[in-house]
Amino acid sequence: MKGQGRSKATGPVQEETKMYAFDFERPDTIDDALKALGAEDAQPLSGGQTLIPTLKSRLAMPSKLVSLTAIPELKGICTSDDGALCVGAATTHAEVAAGAGAYPALAALAGNIGDPAVRNRGTIGGSLANNDPSACYPAAALASGATIVTNSRQIAADDFFDGMFTTVLDEGEIIVEVRFPVPQKASYQKFEQPASRFALVGVFVAKYPDGVRVAVTGAAEDGVFRWTQAETALSSDFSAGAVSGLDVPDNAMIGDLHGSPEYRAHLVKVMTGRAVKAAG
Amino acid sequence: MSDITINVNGKPVSGPVEGRTLLVDFLRGAGLTGTHVGCDTSQCGACVVHVDGKAVKACSIFAVEAEGAEVATIEGQANPDGSLNVIQQAFQDHHGLQCGFCTPGMVMSAAALLKENPRPSEHEIREYLEGNICRCTGYHNIVKAIMAASGQDVSAIAAE
Ligand SMILES: Cc1cc2nc3c(=O)[nH]c(=O)nc-3n(C[C@H](O)[C@H](O)[C@H](O)COP(=O)(O)OP(=O)(O)OC[C@H]3O[C@@H](n4cnc5c(N)ncnc54)[C@H](O)[C@@H]3O)c2cc1C
Ligand code: FES
Ligand code: FES
Repeated sequence: MKGQGRSKATGPVQEETKMYAFDFERPDTIDDALKALGAEDAQPLSGGQTLIPTLKSRLAMPSKLVSLTAIPELKGICTSDDGALCVGAATTHAEVAAGAGAYPALAALAGNIGDPAVRNRGTIGGSLANNDPSACYPAAALASGATIVTNSRQIAADDFFDGMFTTVLDEGEIIVEVRFPVPQKASYQKFEQPASRFALVGVFVAKYPDGVRVAVTGAAEDGVFRWTQAETALSSDFSAGAVSGLDVPDNAMIGDLHGSPEYRAHLVKVMTGRAVKAAG
Repeated sequence: MSDITINVNGKPVSGPVEGRTLLVDFLRGAGLTGTHVGCDTSQCGACVVHVDGKAVKACSIFAVEAEGAEVATIEGQANPDGSLNVIQQAFQDHHGLQCGFCTPGMVMSAAALLKENPRPSEHEIREYLEGNICRCTGYHNIVKAIMAASGQDVSAIAAE
């Protein structure tokens, strides 16, 4: 069977023609990746679970893709001296689900992203850099007060996200690692949009000795946000009841065929309550 | 264009690729057309293969990224004597397919599941197949086939 069709496939075959052509590099060190990314319109590729469909719809036209998946320095999970859980940018969702036992709510979030095949390729770095307004990891990073470590600086999650599909990353700057301070209690509750399996609304609640942080994804037009009223209420009384008396957040909410803005605002409250209950 | 070699079902397969050549096109271009393409959005799972033992959507990985990897496709699933393997046979016995378009991906996902979890519950099977879409069967008989393939008694599950 080998070689059939391929012998006549001198030009691009059917699928390939959907994408613009680009060069491809697969370096094995961060330094080489940064050098390769120095080319004009070069773009990093991690798991490809967002970027490849984007390329197929011709919504991106990079001159060169620089794969980050063969760089050992970008992979793996460890605990730092100050007890934070450090996850390499090119660590897959499946690896976090299996290996982030020190932070069970984070492992559970990763294990519930998309489907098994997506989890075997998709990575935390790609998810955070993409900042899809319905993605799960941005909520974890923001609720944990995580630090996003790039090749050139450390960025607090509070400063990292900059509106939907936008972050403060510069051209050619890559995420190297994400550091999560491990909370005393935490839970992520995702109300799934059944077709895409992204979050219609997802709420991550994390309780630290100095207070509670609540991050909401899927709901707001500006992407992931902290619901500060709920944080204040939960910091003095960590119970689902503390949330039920609050007004819904006043952020501009997404309205689409899956849910109106009012519905999403309501869900934020419901999912926050569930997250508090699940965190115990 | 550059030439790459990927081990597919235990045999080296070589061919020319561009950066943008997807693994699924490399496979299909080599005559291995059992791996299907059902969507542009990485959602349907008709293209699931194993790369170094892990279920992956072959439409969502570039061929160059699988260079040197061990890839398993539906063509390599039958027993060495050519008879259907236990999962394939269970799909036939329990009517786990109608048009068959989704079946290669379903079988490859099922194989990955049973390797991880040899006796999955019905719920676990449904969860695992979240990324495999079937427009014909309504899933019941697929789930039943996978339970049967894992040696579980399915006589109590009503035929659909
Ligand atoms: C069917 C399906 C279901 C999904 N469901 C969910 C879900 O429920 N929840 C969810 O959160 N996500 C979901 N996703 C998205 C998935 O999690 C993606 O893996 C993720 O959003 C992107 O990660 P990636 O590694 O695939 O990145 P890629 O697709 O490779 O890249 C995404 C973007 O990030 C950039 N990038 C990648 N790595 C870096 C880096 N280290 N530094 C800087 N920039 C970088 C790329 O240039 C690109 O712009 C789903 C995807 C699919 C196909
Ligand atoms: S062809 Fe649909 S997921 Fe690959
Ligand atoms: S049998 Fe037709 S799509 Fe599944």
